[in-house]
Amino acid sequence: MPTIEPNEPTHSLSMTDEIPEALLAPLSDSEREKETISRPSVSYWKMCWMRLKKDKLAMLGLTVLVIMTLLAILVPMFSPYTYDQTDFAHPLEWPSALHLFGTDKMGRDIFVRTMYGARISLTIGFTAAAINMVIGVLYGGIAGYLGGMVDLVMMRIVDILTGIPSLIYMILLMMFLGNNIQSILIAMCLTYWITTARMVRAQILTLREQDFALAAKVCGLSKWQILIHHLIPNSMGSIIVTVTFLIPSAIFQEAFLSFLGIGIQVPMASWGTLANDAIEYLFSYPYMMLFPASAISITIFSLNFIGDGLRDALDPRLKK
Amino acid sequence: MAKYILKRLTAGIVSLFILVTITFFLMHVIPGGPFSPSEQRNVPEKILVQISDKYGLNDPLIVQYGRYIGNLLHGDMGISFKKQDTTVNELIAAGFPVSARVGALGVCTALIVGIPLGIIAAVRRGKLADGFSMVFATIGVSVPSFVICVLMMYLFCEKWKIFPSYGLRSWKGYILPVFCMAFSQIAYITRLMRSSMLETLRQDYIRTERSKGVPEFQVIGKYALKNSILPVVTYVGPMVASLLTGTFIIEKLFSIPGLGRYFVSAITDRDYSVVLGLTVFLGSMIIICNLVVDIMYAVIDPRVKITE
Repeated sequence: MPTIEPNEPTHSLSMTDEIPEALLAPLSDSEREKETISRPSVSYWKMCWMRLKKDKLAMLGLTVLVIMTLLAILVPMFSPYTYDQTDFAHPLEWPSALHLFGTDKMGRDIFVRTMYGARISLTIGFTAAAINMVIGVLYGGIAGYLGGMVDLVMMRIVDILTGIPSLIYMILLMMFLGNNIQSILIAMCLTYWITTARMVRAQILTLREQDFALAAKVCGLSKWQILIHHLIPNSMGSIIVTVTFLIPSAIFQEAFLSFLGIGIQVPMASWGTLANDAIEYLFSYPYMMLFPASAISITIFSLNFIGDGLRDALDPRLKK
Repeated sequence: MAKYILKRLTAGIVSLFILVTITFFLMHVIPGGPFSPSEQRNVPEKILVQISDKYGLNDPLIVQYGRYIGNLLHGDMGISFKKQDTTVNELIAAGFPVSARVGALGVCTALIVGIPLGIIAAVRRGKLADGFSMVFATIGVSVPSFVICVLMMYLFCEKWKIFPSYGLRSWKGYILPVFCMAFSQIAYITRLMRSSMLETLRQDYIRTERSKGVPEFQVIGKYALKNSILPVVTYVGPMVASLLTGTFIIEKLFSIPGLGRYFVSAITDRDYSVVLGLTVFLGSMIIICNLVVDIMYAVIDPRVKITE
């Protein structure tokens, strides 16, 4: 029986050969520990979250947004004033300790109104964002990936939807459902996903021809898997930019409707309507414009920071 | 390619037809009409009924629809119910060139400023230029455009008296409306360009070009730009269609006699023929712009196979 050196390749042993006793010695503890995986396994989403947490600006944006949401919920509940409480003894007062953001022409407290407006504006903004992410991304993704006739028909439907003057169906919705936030939200569901859908479709058109998409196909992945796991994550950048821009545009669309008399009506308030109302006082009482406009700006800044961080965190190429 | 364009144009005509049909019926579902009693308080009801009869508004809806489509096929979009002695064709012919001039300048400004700003922000990420573009973009979207308009008008027309506050009699009259129109578009294009460029700059072929010693300007301008401009092209298509047909707020504030004003006033006035005429017009623009955009995809990125 020939002696076998321990470092000889093991494939020289045929199945029938007996393994010599010398090779069966147990590993020492230190050697065994080398093999254990010291870090717990991390899923893709967990990894993204870990990367996002390291991004200081994104975390700042997230914190500001959370604070803004909390203020929107809590301030109208605990403030000594209500959003519609008029005080004709103190109209158009500049900001003071009594009225943090001053009062408007009816003596209503602008601080409470801004925070109350945040409820409506943030709801509208976030709904617009959610619709974008779901309908827009899927619609555009399917049209772009399947291509051909499917793409032609799906994108012509989008053209038709863009062509119908939005004011017409908004008036109709308000008529049937009333001048309330629900009808505005439904009106937004109808068309707010279109820009995202176009954007995603354009990206998918180029991405599906790239080598990694071919590789995924060769590996036997289904069309759906390729679309969801490989193509859409690669178009995240423009999706996120579109979403962060559609949120303010939704907020202003709502204000525009109120301006035409078919949105939410006074004494209710949103950031957009507060900014609208402040226009006539822009030069005499600029604080009335300053606070709602700053609230919108701060939100958009935060969203941009989060969007930037999220884009980097979601990018699978940046895996460390 | 010719076959593809033909196919798209056919599809475009079909969608236009569907668009007109939907808009026609939706418009008539809204209560009130151009001559409803609530609109014209001082006119006796009998006269209103007679006027409605004259314009065929008392016929069944389907008859009105058939008549409208028949006329539309002859290129006749009817007469305006609100502007006396004006056909919709005349209205568009008079308003469109004005809106289109302002709109075209707005589109050009947005592209000329937005694209380079986005590229610079991406290349110098985290530096001063990037921060500037971020602040600019945020202001561009978070301050409503009418606030910017009013502020500009106050500063340049009222305080410093550099530009006229209304009309387009000289080149000076164009500057403020064009700037206000382009402002928020620049913001969006900058962000879109930046995000897309950042992704492209991470790609291996960019590293390859750099390691070959290709000058940075050429790497960015030739290789990276071509691969990252797609989202901007996508956005610009519908944007061109809507800016060329006029912007409501800009035209109202600067008293520009374009088409944009009618998009809102015609609907609130129930001026059916004007609403439909504008819808057909804007719809055709959208369809043509998106066709051009799709062809541009294939030109910019030869891998895209749109004709299949």
